[in-house]
Amino acid sequence: MLQVQFFAKARELVGASPVEIPWPNGGTVSTLKANLTQLYPQLQPLIPKLLIAVNNDYANDDSPVQSSDEVACFPPVSGG
Amino acid sequence: MISLTHSPIDYHALTESVRSPQSGAVVLFLGTVREMTGQRRTVALNYEAYPTMAERKLGELETAARARWPIDQVGIVHRLGHLELGEISVAVAVSCPHRKQAFEAGQFLIDELKVSVPIWKQENWDDGSTEWVDPTADSSQPPPSPDNSPRHC
Repeated sequence: MLQVQFFAKARELVGASPVEIPWPNGGTVSTLKANLTQLYPQLQPLIPKLLIAVNNDYANDDSPVQSSDEVACFPPVSGG
Repeated sequence: MISLTHSPIDYHALTESVRSPQSGAVVLFLGTVREMTGQRRTVALNYEAYPTMAERKLGELETAARARWPIDQVGIVHRLGHLELGEISVAVAVSCPHRKQAFEAGQFLIDELKVSVPIWKQENWDDGSTEWVDPTADSSQPPPSPDNSPRHC
């Protein structure tokens, strides 16, 4: 299992944070986006812009994700 | 000094914390809750953060700024939670030997904060509706990434 945190609009759409999802060995950020879309279809509009952080740093689509990693999903940032 | 807080920002104390006899220039930037965005009227803003990553990214911004300018002290405080009109959402204070460096470093810090630090604002419009702000909504550019951040005017 992989624990995933959501923030801002992503958190509102999912309705919970964190959540635990099944996680395959060898999964990547792309795997995560695909799995999240299946589990939470309401996230679909955000997916093209969804940012993924692994261990408090931005991750690319091909970044590996392990079940022990700290993972967060969120929309483009808008602080300031 | 970098921090996130749910309390009003003491910008006087923040400014004092960066002052020193080595610095002839101190620049303070205050971001405040603005009423009008085009024709739309804001009554309040809510701010949310991913705290551990936000503090890490702010630290990285300070490191990047120190690599480019002869900075003496930096102070960045971002407020979270519910803010009314006119309240201060973010304060950036920077001190340098000379003013040009201080202005440039201060602008760099707030500009980069807005595109790379995981903090989000939610508009509370005067018609009672709420809306998470998406700075990328009006552009076809990809969302920000560590080495490819869109620049906003």
